[in-house]
Amino acid sequence: MFADYTWTELGSIFAMQGFAGLILFSVFVLMALGLAIIFGQMGVINMAHGEFMILGAYVTYLCSNFFQAFLPGLFSIYFFIAMALAFVAAGALGAFVEWALIRHLYKRPLDTLLATWGLSLIMQQAYRSIFGAREVGVTLPDWLLGSIALTDIIEIPINGLFVMALTLVIAVGVYFLMFKSRMGMQTRAVVQNRVMAGAVGINTEWVDRKTYALGCGIAGIAGSAFTMIGSTGPTAGQLYIVDTFLIVVFGGAASLLGTIASSFAISQAQSTMEFFLSGSMAKVLTLLTVVGILMLRPEGLFSHKIRR
Amino acid sequence: MLQIDHYHVAYGQSEVLHGLDFTVAPGEIVAIMGRNGMGKTTLMKSLMGIVPTSQGSAQVDGIDVTALKSFERVSRGIAYVPQGRMIFPTMTVQENIETGLTTSGSTKVPDGIYELFPVLLDMKSRRGGNLSGGQQQQLAIARALATNPKVLLLDEPTEGIQPSIIREMARVLKRIRDERGLSIIVSEQVLSFALDVADRILVLENGRLVHDEPRSSVDEAKVAGFLSV
Repeated sequence: MFADYTWTELGSIFAMQGFAGLILFSVFVLMALGLAIIFGQMGVINMAHGEFMILGAYVTYLCSNFFQAFLPGLFSIYFFIAMALAFVAAGALGAFVEWALIRHLYKRPLDTLLATWGLSLIMQQAYRSIFGAREVGVTLPDWLLGSIALTDIIEIPINGLFVMALTLVIAVGVYFLMFKSRMGMQTRAVVQNRVMAGAVGINTEWVDRKTYALGCGIAGIAGSAFTMIGSTGPTAGQLYIVDTFLIVVFGGAASLLGTIASSFAISQAQSTMEFFLSGSMAKVLTLLTVVGILMLRPEGLFSHKIRR
Repeated sequence: MLQIDHYHVAYGQSEVLHGLDFTVAPGEIVAIMGRNGMGKTTLMKSLMGIVPTSQGSAQVDGIDVTALKSFERVSRGIAYVPQGRMIFPTMTVQENIETGLTTSGSTKVPDGIYELFPVLLDMKSRRGGNLSGGQQQQLAIARALATNPKVLLLDEPTEGIQPSIIREMARVLKRIRDERGLSIIVSEQVLSFALDVADRILVLENGRLVHDEPRSSVDEAKVAGFLSV
């Protein structure tokens, strides 16, 4: 399969596919960070995670239209406002869902799968009723369009660089929030032993709500970033939820570093193989590798080495 | 400091504690003794708000805490060292102690805590789950003390711990009481430890208090009789 290309062409293909993989990696990381908090930390199987992401994407779409129509002068910075609104909208909906649905199911983690799957269907239909079944796209401001030409054949899109920078900022932020802040410490305490966390003075219900809302809010930001590389439809979230769970499980459910490492491995493998093989063959090979590795390391790539 | 009146606790329909009445004075160490299944752990859990109280009341320093949730009771001055320690395994020793600071809002571990348990200072960056049983017990007590309690509950603290550390623990508990003037309730099956540490000994049998006597006048043979199977 390499025979038709010269060495320079092959080098460029790997470089550009590698970069496309990095962009996919960034969106995966954003999606998976939220899920790593909700699934990895809280143990809730959130099948509606993709729909929270799409909520962020629709908020970005609405923002884009609003700024085009009413505030064209500020259009170049609308994306930052859209991201903040996406975080708030998805986070607020997350807090409501936690209160109405999830908090009754902490003792029945498998039932969260069914409940949130139902929630995802409701949300998809809501999007279809409100925004229509057709996919929508957002207009990007000029400074995000175009690409930087590194050599004659290697070009790097600017919006890709932006998504990567955004991912870095969010990942570092989540790390500090979970491992260096008081809220993160309380979250980890509640996750490890809910009863005991209450008995040392932590308001466990409030911590649960904040944590779930945070995970959903990050999914909203992921959705905002997602609008730059794909178009938004009611069921677009479904395409990503399986990959995202795969990443979180493969990386080791409780480890943020593992989540990032496994996003990198999976997105690079997919993106490079997709160029040479068909998309489904690429997926089959990725899945087979992941299954093989999980058989050897059932707790994922990165797991804590402690007595339990 | 702690006053318990007509205290009934039930799991669903099956009642475990059938109306307990006792008080614990400030600075008093009370040992609650009894064989397995007599209700010691249930009493501890219900005082901490983990198991609901079906009738009666518990007051800390004159304030009724019966209807409060666990975390609210902590801010009223109850702290809990559970059976099996239940430290947070993947968090460091320091973080484990810091979880106890939630109600006070302070960010620094009080100096006195590491002074009581110097071994924890040496290990403050290790994960709690990797400590030995005895060290975990000290960590659980340190975490409870970080909440700055008025009443400290310890549920079978000697379980699974070597004899030399048990004697050390009795010394530390008395030192904590002397320095901080708090009340301590310890549930126990080991008579020697209870006699070593307590000012008063209560015996719980089938959910009722059947014996209540100060340490000075206690009849060892009689209490031992309650504990034999």
